[in-house]
Formats: sequence, structure tokens, C-alpha cells
Amino acid sequence: MDSAFSAADLSAIWLTFKLAAVVTAILLLVGTPIAWWLARTRSWWKGPVGAVVALPIVLPPTVIGFYLLVAMGPSGPLGALTQSLGIGLLPFTFAGLVIASVFYSLPFVVQPLQNAFEAIPERALETAATLRASARDTFFSVVLPLAKPGFLTASVLGFAHTVGEFGVVLMIGGNIPDKTRVVSVQIYDHVEAMEYASAHWLSAGMVVFAFVVLLALYTLNPTGRRRK
Amino acid sequence: MIQAHFDLSYPGFTLHAELQVFAHGVIALFGPSGSGKTTLLRCIAGLEPTAKGMLQVKDEMWQSGDRFMSVHRRPLGYVFQEASLFPHLSVRQNLEYGLKRIPPEQRRVQLEQAVEWLGLGKLIGRDSPAGLSGGERQRVAIARALLTSPRLLLMDEPLSALDAASKREILPYLERLHGELDIPVIYVSHSLDEVARLADQLVLMEQGRVVASGALNEVLGRLDLPTAHLDDAGAVIEAGVAAHDEEYHLTRLDFSGGSLWVSKVERAIGSVVRARVLARDVSIATAMPHGSSISNILEARIDEIRDEGPDRVNLRMSVGSGKLLLSRITRRSRDQLGLARGMEVFAQVKSVALIA
Repeated sequence: MDSAFSAADLSAIWLTFKLAAVVTAILLLVGTPIAWWLARTRSWWKGPVGAVVALPIVLPPTVIGFYLLVAMGPSGPLGALTQSLGIGLLPFTFAGLVIASVFYSLPFVVQPLQNAFEAIPERALETAATLRASARDTFFSVVLPLAKPGFLTASVLGFAHTVGEFGVVLMIGGNIPDKTRVVSVQIYDHVEAMEYASAHWLSAGMVVFAFVVLLALYTLNPTGRRRK
Repeated sequence: MIQAHFDLSYPGFTLHAELQVFAHGVIALFGPSGSGKTTLLRCIAGLEPTAKGMLQVKDEMWQSGDRFMSVHRRPLGYVFQEASLFPHLSVRQNLEYGLKRIPPEQRRVQLEQAVEWLGLGKLIGRDSPAGLSGGERQRVAIARALLTSPRLLLMDEPLSALDAASKREILPYLERLHGELDIPVIYVSHSLDEVARLADQLVLMEQGRVVASGALNEVLGRLDLPTAHLDDAGAVIEAGVAAHDEEYHLTRLDFSGGSLWVSKVERAIGSVVRARVLARDVSIATAMPHGSSISNILEARIDEIRDEGPDRVNLRMSVGSGKLLLSRITRRSRDQLGLARGMEVFAQVKSVALIA
């Protein structure tokens, strides 16, 4: 086992988990208000916003990566902003990877949350209001507990999907050890270098990880038995 | 006083309601479905933020012009048609949800009191409301609303989702609250029976408007209103329990217009009960009838006669001071007896329903 993963492999694994954890945390913060708005609004904008959020599901990751690369580049709007703030350019940095992954994994967090929020009857919110709970209070005392399974699903899917991305990483992050070289890229490198044994270890690890995560999700979070 | 007017429209419905009632006792909002009762109640609660208008409860302005007090700042309790208990909280936590959000010095209803009033002693230990029956859930919801020490209690057909047995189970609790609490209650209902049992004031709604409002009997006695056309139109008489006849198993109720014998009720002598006399159960005689099986005969004076369809008329009569009776007879009987306004007649009451 000791020799199964090289130092570079372990570094890639650590980087992957760090990226997925940071991205999941950001997505829960950003995705919750978006999902809440999508679940409750009657605005005309619901359709367009929902479609934009869902784009990463259908677009090739390279397309998203390409446009984010352009936007974050020296002449892109994001690039101009980061440069004027003195941060420099984001492509080929961990921060750039985080931003790209947030876009890429957004629908996997927003959609389960939106479904969970939509399942909460308007009546529950009205009842809380007539019992003196402010909107904020209601969110924490009624919405969060009732949407807990949705949050679990969203976190697991957001995390797992970020772990599994490849195309966006390659476009935005490149292949810099310890900074942007995540597991999926590392596997690609092994295969390129004909190191099939190493590729096997990492790939099998990913399969086991994905299986365990999904198994945990389906066991902890049985759907269809919940009363609305 | 509770004074309100609201304007609200959405496709297919317009509410244009003015309300002015005394802020005590039970105020029933009565009308056919789609008449806007629930919408008016939701406006009062602040649950329809797009409604334009004003609302003053006693000396507090809850809404006026652009000023809109949000729902959670209004000192009200709301009981929805379905109990709407929080599924993720235990019965006790449900009860405490509103209570915890009231500053201790403003609490006028204690948990133990609410539990006792609504008979929740056996239910409060339940981990989840999931196993409760419909009637039990609604009792928990009523107690939960009361525990916010509301200054106005709004109830939206709290019995309509229940079966007859649960209704019978819960009505006595409501009647009891009526006596124990000094909180005005606005009670939406489409059942005249419920209204007759519980209400002190009656607000009649039709097509998004308030068509009449006033003391219960005042409105029930108006022959020009839709309530007079209902099959179970009738009057409500409050009377005192005067005597029990053990041999024939009867109870005598006395009121200013005379006495009524009803099937024996287990109430102490002197207690006040409500009796409902339906118009279709009252017939008229111009002379004191003899040899009749009907033992309840009251002297009455005809105040109004109004056609009710091609074959029938409704009569309103005074019995004693301020009490009234309705009667529905055929148009032919009216003409054969030569009945007219101001005539003294004998009202024969076939049956009396004791409702509270």
C-alpha cells in the first residue's frame, strides 16, 4: 500500500479534497439564496435564471472553461477587476480553480436545494409568521430543518461533482503540481506517461469514493418516504 | 372596535370589503364559498401584503396607506383550516414555538392553562404530531395560537376539515374558550349551525363584499338577506335552565318571551343555554291551539312578512323583549289566516335544538 500512491499522487489527492471542500462551502452559501429565490419566485426571470444555473449540466466542460478563461484573462472583465484590485490574474491559480468549479458545480447544489425548498408548503411559512417568527427566524427554525435532506444531497453532489471534474480544471488550472493538479489530471498524466499501475490506483480510488458517497447518500436520505 | 377596509383583486375574484365590528366575543364571517371570507381573514392577518386598505384593532393601527405591519409583528393568533403543525417538532415544541417568541412579561396564557383548556395532557408527550387525529391536531394548533397571548384570534373554518365526530369533540372546547378568554375571535365559517353555536356578531359576505353585519340575531332575523333563504334559516334564543321534569325527561327553558320545553339537558338550574329554532319548525295559529301535540306555544307579534319563493313566505316575530322567531309557512296559509304585520299570533315550535 505504501508504494501505491507517489508523493505527487498524495499531493493531488489532498488538493482535490481541499478544492472540493472549499467549493462545496461556497456553493452552499451562494446556492441557498439562489435556490430559495427559484423555489419561491413568481417572477418572469425564474425560467432564464434556472436555465443559466443548469447550463453546466449540458455544456461540455471545455466550453465553460474556455469562457471563464477568457473572462479571467488580462482583457476579460473578471481579469480587469482582479488586476485593478491588485490580486493579479486568476487562471492557473487555486483561486481561479475554485471560481471555475463553483460555476461548474452550481446546478448540482442549487437543484436539490430548490426541490427541497419547493416541497415546503407556503402554509408552514405563514404559520411561523403568525407565531411571531420573522423571515430570518423562520428560515432557521422551519426551513432549514425541513430541508435538511436537500442540504445533505446538495453537499454530497456538489463535493463529488467537484472531485470528478476534468475539462474545466484543465482549461483554467492547467497542470501545476500542488496548485492545480487534481486527481483527475494526475490520472491523465499517468496514462500519458504509460504509468498504468499508478493510473489504476487513483482511478480505482475514485470509483470506490464515488460508490461510497452515493451509497451513503441513498441510505441516509431515503426519498419517497417523506411526507410533504 | 375592529375597523377595516380592504381591496384586493386577482384573476376571477375581487375583494372590496368594509368591516366594522365590536372587538369582543366571537365575530363570525359567514358566506358561501368563494365569497371572500378567508381572503378577508388573511388580509386582517397581513398574509395578503398586496391588499390595499386599512386596519385598526382597538386603538392600534395595523395597516393604513403605505404603512404595513408585517405578520410576525401583529399580536394575533391564526388557526388555519388544516392544523399545519410543524412535522419536525414534537407536540410540546409545536406548542412552545410561538410562546418562546413572546417576551415573558407579555405572556398572559401559560402552557399549563392552554394544555388544560384544550385537553392536551395526554398528547403533550408525543415526539411528533404525525400520529395525531385530525381533531387532536386542530386542538394543538388552537393551543399553539393561544400561547402567543394574541389580542385577536383568527380562525379559518377550523372544523371544516374534520369529520363529524371530531367536530363534536372540538366544539365544546371552542365554546369553553369563549367563556374563559377575553380575546375577540374572528371565525370564518360556512356552517350556519356553527355560527349559531359560537357567534355573538355575524358578518355576512357575498362576492367579495360585506353585505351585512351586526349582532347575531339582528342579522339572522333580517328577511332581506341571503341567510333567510337558507334551508336552515332560523333564530337563536338564549334562555335560562328553569326546571327539570324527571318523569318525562324534559327541561324547561325560560326567557323573556315565555318557556320552551326541550329534551332533558344535564345543566344546572340557572345556567344559560343557546337554543336554535329553525323557521321551518315554527307554525302559526291565530287562536290558542287546543288538542295539539306541540307543547311549545309562544305568544308572538308579527313584525315582517316577506315572500320566499313562489309558494312560501318568511315571517319575523317578536317574542318577549328583544327576542325573535322566524317562521316559514306557505303563502296560502298566510292568506287563509289573513296574517299581516302587527298581528298577535301563537307560534307553535315543533322542535328546538339546544346548541350550547
